[in-house]
Amino acid sequence: MSLDKSDVEKIAHLARLAIDESSIPAYARDLNNILNLVEQMSAVDTETVSPMAHPLDAHQRLREDVISETDQRELFQSIAPKTDAGVYLVPQVIE
Amino acid sequence: MHNKTLSELSALLHNGDINSTELTQHFLNRIKSHNGNLNAFISVTEESALAQAAAADKQFADKTAGKLTGIPMAHKDIFCTKGVRTSCASKMLDNFIAPYNATVVEKIAASGMVMLGKTNMDEFAMGSSNETSFYGPVKNPWDTERVPGGSSGGSAAAVAARLAPVATGTDTGGSIRQPSSLCNLTGLKPTYGRVSRYGMIAFASSLDQAGPMAANAEDAALLLNVMSGFDERDSTSVERDVPDYTAGLNDSLEGLRIGLPKEYFGEGLDPEVAATIDAAIKEFEKLGATIKEISLPNTSLAIPTYYVVAPAECSSNLSRMDGVRFGHRCDDPKDLLDLYQRSRGEGFGDEVKRRIMIGTYALSAGYYDAYYLKAQKCRRLISDDFQQAFAEVDVIMGPTAPTTAFKLGDKTDDPVAMYLADIYTINTNLAGLPGMSIPAGFAGGLPAGLQIIGNYFDEARLLNVAHRYQQVTDWHKQIPTAFQ
Repeated sequence: MSLDKSDVEKIAHLARLAIDESSIPAYARDLNNILNLVEQMSAVDTETVSPMAHPLDAHQRLREDVISETDQRELFQSIAPKTDAGVYLVPQVIE
Repeated sequence: MHNKTLSELSALLHNGDINSTELTQHFLNRIKSHNGNLNAFISVTEESALAQAAAADKQFADKTAGKLTGIPMAHKDIFCTKGVRTSCASKMLDNFIAPYNATVVEKIAASGMVMLGKTNMDEFAMGSSNETSFYGPVKNPWDTERVPGGSSGGSAAAVAARLAPVATGTDTGGSIRQPSSLCNLTGLKPTYGRVSRYGMIAFASSLDQAGPMAANAEDAALLLNVMSGFDERDSTSVERDVPDYTAGLNDSLEGLRIGLPKEYFGEGLDPEVAATIDAAIKEFEKLGATIKEISLPNTSLAIPTYYVVAPAECSSNLSRMDGVRFGHRCDDPKDLLDLYQRSRGEGFGDEVKRRIMIGTYALSAGYYDAYYLKAQKCRRLISDDFQQAFAEVDVIMGPTAPTTAFKLGDKTDDPVAMYLADIYTINTNLAGLPGMSIPAGFAGGLPAGLQIIGNYFDEARLLNVAHRYQQVTDWHKQIPTAFQ
C-alpha cells in the first residue's frame, strides 16, 4: 500500500507533529520509500518464529518497593519552559 | 603530546613529566585551533575541564591517582552531564541543561578523567553522516569535504584529529563502528546490556549501547574497563562481572577461527574496500588464524527489520519531548494540542520527524502485527544465523561499511540510500552482539575499517584480536596530515 496526503496528515497528528502543508508531498515520498524497503520483510515466512524482544531474552528485574530517589522538584523544574508554585503550566484545558 | 596512547599519557602523568593541567590545556588549544574547521564539538567545557585537571593534579600529589586520572576525553552529546547543556544535537534540547549525570559520565569522572566537552552527532543519533545535526555537519579530518560518518561523527572526528585522546560514542545501528571506519579509529559496540544506558538519551531502547572510540585497541580496552558494569538504574543492564579488558590483549591468535560471511562481500561493496579487507584477513592468517567462509542467510533482512524496530521505539521514546517539562516550547500556544504539535514540529529536524512518523504508523491500530511483531520475528532469524555461525567460528570478520567516507550532501536527499551505509553493522545491533571496527588500510586515500563481531560478552576476545593485528600493522597510527 502507499501513503497519500491524508495518511501523512493523520500520522503527523497521531505523532503530535506540526508539519508544513508544503512539505507533505516530500514526507509522503520519503515515507513510502521507507515502507517499500520495510516491505522486504514479507518475503520470509515467520509463521513459527517466536518474536525477539530482548537480545538476551532477559526478564524484568524486580526490586523492593522502597524510596530510592530524593525530591528534586526545584532542580527539575528549573529547566521547564513554564512553571508556577511547583506545577507545570500549559494552556487551559478545562473551561 | 596528542599522539600518545592512554598508557603513555598515564606514564607521563605518573612520572611527573607533565601534569594534567598542561595536558588538558594542550587539548583545549587544539580544539580552539581546529574545531572551527571540523565542527566536532557542540560544547567545550573549558572551565570545568581545567577544574577537573586541577583536581587530578592534586590526586597525583596525594598519590591517589589511578591509571586514567588526569587524561582528557570527550563525551558524545547524548550523555546527560549535570549542569552542562546536553542537546543530542537537536533544537529540541538546545536549552536543556541536564539535571543529573549519565552512569557512563559518573563512572568516567570517577576514574579521574577530564571531560573536554560534548561532541557533535546526528540529531538524536539518527543518521549515518552527521549531517542531521542542528549544529551543522561535522567534517572528516581526512578530507573536510567528506562526512565523518554517524551518528557519533563528532567523537570520531575529535579523536581522528587528536582533539581528544579518546571519546565515548553510542551505537544503535552502527553509530560507533561506521564513523570509526570512516575516520580510521578503533571503536567498539559492546554486548547489549554491558554498559548502562541510564542518562543516555534513548533512541531505540532495545538496540542502543554505548562504547569507546579510540586510536587503538588498548585505549578502547582501558575506557571499556571504566564504562562497563551492572547498573540497577538501567532495567536492561546485565548483572555480570566486568573482566579486565586489557588482561588478554597479547594472547596468541594461533588457532583462532575466523568466519567470513559471504553476504558481506557481495554486491554493493566497493572493490577497493574489499581489497583492503582481504589484505587484513591475510594478516590474520599469518598470525595463526584459520579462515572459513560462512553464511548469515538473513543478512538482507537487517535494514528492513531495523527500520521498523528503531523508528517504532524512537516514536515512543521521543514522545517525552512535549514542550511541557523541558526542551523547546513554541511561542503563544493557543491550546494544549497546538503546544505539543508546534513545539515538536519546530524542535525536531526532518530525519527525526520521518522516523517518528514511520514508527507511529507501524505502531498504530491494526498495523502492529504486520510491522513491529513481524520485525521482532525477523530479528530472531537474524540472531539465530549468528548463533549457528558461532558454533563453528570464534569471530566473524568483514567490512564495517560498504564504502569509504562519502561527500557532504551526497545522500541527504535520499534517506533510503543513507540507510544502506549501515548495511553491515545493523544486524549486530539486532542480535545484541558486540562488534568492533579497526583501521585496516586505505582505499583511494581514505580509511577503511575491518569489522570484527563476537559472541555475547566476548569483548575481551575482540580487543585481543584487534590488538594483535595492531602489533603487526600501523594503519591505526596514521593521522591526517593537517592534524599531526
